[in-house]
Amino acid sequence: MTSVRTEAWPESYGDEAQPRMGFFTDTSVCIGCKACEVACKEWNLVPEDGLVWSGESFDNTSELGANSWRHVAFVEQTTALRVDGDGARDDDPFRWLMSSDVCKHCTESACLNVCPTGAIFRTELGTVVVQEDVCNGCGYCVPACPFGVLDRRELPADDRGGRPDGRVWKCTLCYDRTREGMTPACAQACPTESIQYGPLDELRERAAGRLDKVVADGFAGARLYGDDPADGVGGFGAFFLLLDEPETYGLPPAPRDSTRDLGGMWRAAAAAGAALVAGLGAAFLTGRDGAAR
Amino acid sequence: MTDPAYYGRPILKPPVWKREIGWYLFTGGLAGASATMSAIARASGNPVLARRTALVATAAVNVSPALLVKDLGRPERFLNMMRVFKPSSPMNLGSWVLLASGAATTSAAALDLAGVAPRLRTGLGVAAGLAGVPLSVYTAVLLSDTANPAWHEARHELPFLFAAGAAAGAGAAGVLTTPAEHAGPARRAMLLGTVGSQLAETVMERRIGGVAEAYTSGAAGGYRRAARILDGAGLALSLVPGRRLRRLGAALVLAGAVATRFSVFKAGFQAAEDPRYVLDLQRSGPAAGSSQPVSQPAKRESPKMSLQSD
Repeated sequence: MTSVRTEAWPESYGDEAQPRMGFFTDTSVCIGCKACEVACKEWNLVPEDGLVWSGESFDNTSELGANSWRHVAFVEQTTALRVDGDGARDDDPFRWLMSSDVCKHCTESACLNVCPTGAIFRTELGTVVVQEDVCNGCGYCVPACPFGVLDRRELPADDRGGRPDGRVWKCTLCYDRTREGMTPACAQACPTESIQYGPLDELRERAAGRLDKVVADGFAGARLYGDDPADGVGGFGAFFLLLDEPETYGLPPAPRDSTRDLGGMWRAAAAAGAALVAGLGAAFLTGRDGAAR
Repeated sequence: MTDPAYYGRPILKPPVWKREIGWYLFTGGLAGASATMSAIARASGNPVLARRTALVATAAVNVSPALLVKDLGRPERFLNMMRVFKPSSPMNLGSWVLLASGAATTSAAALDLAGVAPRLRTGLGVAAGLAGVPLSVYTAVLLSDTANPAWHEARHELPFLFAAGAAAGAGAAGVLTTPAEHAGPARRAMLLGTVGSQLAETVMERRIGGVAEAYTSGAAGGYRRAARILDGAGLALSLVPGRRLRRLGAALVLAGAVATRFSVFKAGFQAAEDPRYVLDLQRSGPAAGSSQPVSQPAKRESPKMSLQSD
C-alpha cells in the first residue's frame, strides 16, 4: 500500500490512464491575495455563502467546505521571519504565514472508499471527484475525511425550488479543465506561482529542491506536508511546503485513511456478532422459567 | 489537552447526520437482534416468543430505512445506495444487509400471520435470523471507519457495545410484548445484554484514553449517565418478583439502549468540534499515521501553539 503511485490507477483505466496530476502549494511565496478563492468560485459556480467578518487575521473564509474549495489561512506570529537572516535581529519580530488550503486528493482517499453510491471516483488523472448527479447526500464522506474537506451544501439549489441542495461538494481539481489539458482555475490565477499544477512526480522533485532553498535561506521550520507516499493516506495529490507545523495552519499532523483499519474493524464486528449469537443462545439454554426446552 | 491550533477551529467536520441516524443506531440493532432471537426461539420450540420477536423485528426493520432515507440530503436518490456493491464502504454493505434483512424478516412475519407456507416461513425466519447478526453490529463499523477520534479510536469495542445493546433492546422488547410464561429467554437476553453493554462501555472508555472525554462530557455524557441510571434501575426492577415491575424494568432497559446509542452518536460531534482530540492523538502517536490505541490519557503538556513558533 505504500508504493509510490505517480501513475494514475492504470489498473482501472488501462490505456486511458494519464500521469497523475496534482497541486504543489508553496506557501513560502503566498501573499494572501485570495485570487485562488475567487477564481475557484467563478469557474466552478460555487455559490456565495455569506460575507462574515471572523476577526481571525485576514481569514474570513475560515475553512474548506461545500462552498469554499480553496481557503487561504492567515497566521500572525511574533517570530522572526528568518532565524539566521536579517529578521533575527529585529527588535519587533513579526511574520505573517499564508497558505492556500485545498482538497488533498489523497492516494488512499477515505471519502472515496466509504462513499456508498460510487459518487466519489478516481479520475484518469488520479484526482478525486464527487459526481453531482450521483451523490445522494448520505454524508458518510464528511466525517471520513481526515482533513475536514467535504461538507454537505445546505444552500438552496436552483433546480429544487429553494430546498437545500443536500449534496456533498468539494474541489474537483477543475476536472472539466484538467481533462482537456488546461490548468485548474486557482493555479491559473495565482500571481506568485504559490499554487503549481502538474504531473505529481515532477512537482515532488521541484518541491524537494525548493525546500532545500528555503531552509538554506533560514526558514528553520519549513517542511513539506503530504509529499511522502509512506504517510497515512499514501501521500497527497495536492501537497504543500509549509513554514511551520501543519497544525498551525489548521491541518492534521498525521492524517490517516481509516479504511486501512477496516479489516480489524470487521474482525471485531465478527467477534461481537459471535458473542451476540452465543449470548442469545445461552438465554435459551437454562429454561427455568422459559417455555419448552 | 493541548492547545487548539488554528484559532481553535475544528480540524475535522462534525457529522451532518441528524437525530434520525441516532434512532437508526437503535432500531437497526433492535431489528437485528430480535430477528436472531426469533429464529432461535423458533428452533428451541417457543413459537409464542418467536412470533412476538419477529413482529418487533418487522416493525423495527421497516422503520429503519425510513429514518435513513429521511436523513439523506437527496432522499429521492436513496436507491443510489444499491447501484453498486462496494465492500470498502460499510454503509453500502449495511444497505444490502438492511435490504436482505428487511425482506426476509417482513415476509417471514407475513407468512406466519397468514398461517401459510410454514416451510418457507421457517426458511425465511432462519435467513432473517442470520442477517440480523450483521445488522446488529455493522453500524459500529460504519461509525469507526471515519477520521472521527471518538468513533475510530473505539473501533475494537464499539461492535461489542452495539451487540450487547442490541441484545438488551431485543430482550426488553420481547419481555414487553410476550406473555411472561414464554418470555424467559427474552428476559435473560435482556439481563445479559444490559450487563454486557455496561461492561463494553467501561472497557471502551479505559482503552481509548483521553478520547473518552468525548463520551463523558456534554450531551454525550448526559445520555451516558441517563443510560446508566435506566439500565441500573431496569436491572433492579427485573430481578424483583411481580410482572408489572418487571415490565417497567424492561421499558427502562429499552430506553437505556436508546440513550447508549445517542451517547455514542453525540460523542462523534463533540470529538469533531474540538480540534484538541485530533491534535492529542496525532501529536502523541509514535509515528505519522499510527493507529495504535492511546494507552494513557492523552492529556499532556505540549508546546504552546502561541505566537512563538521557533
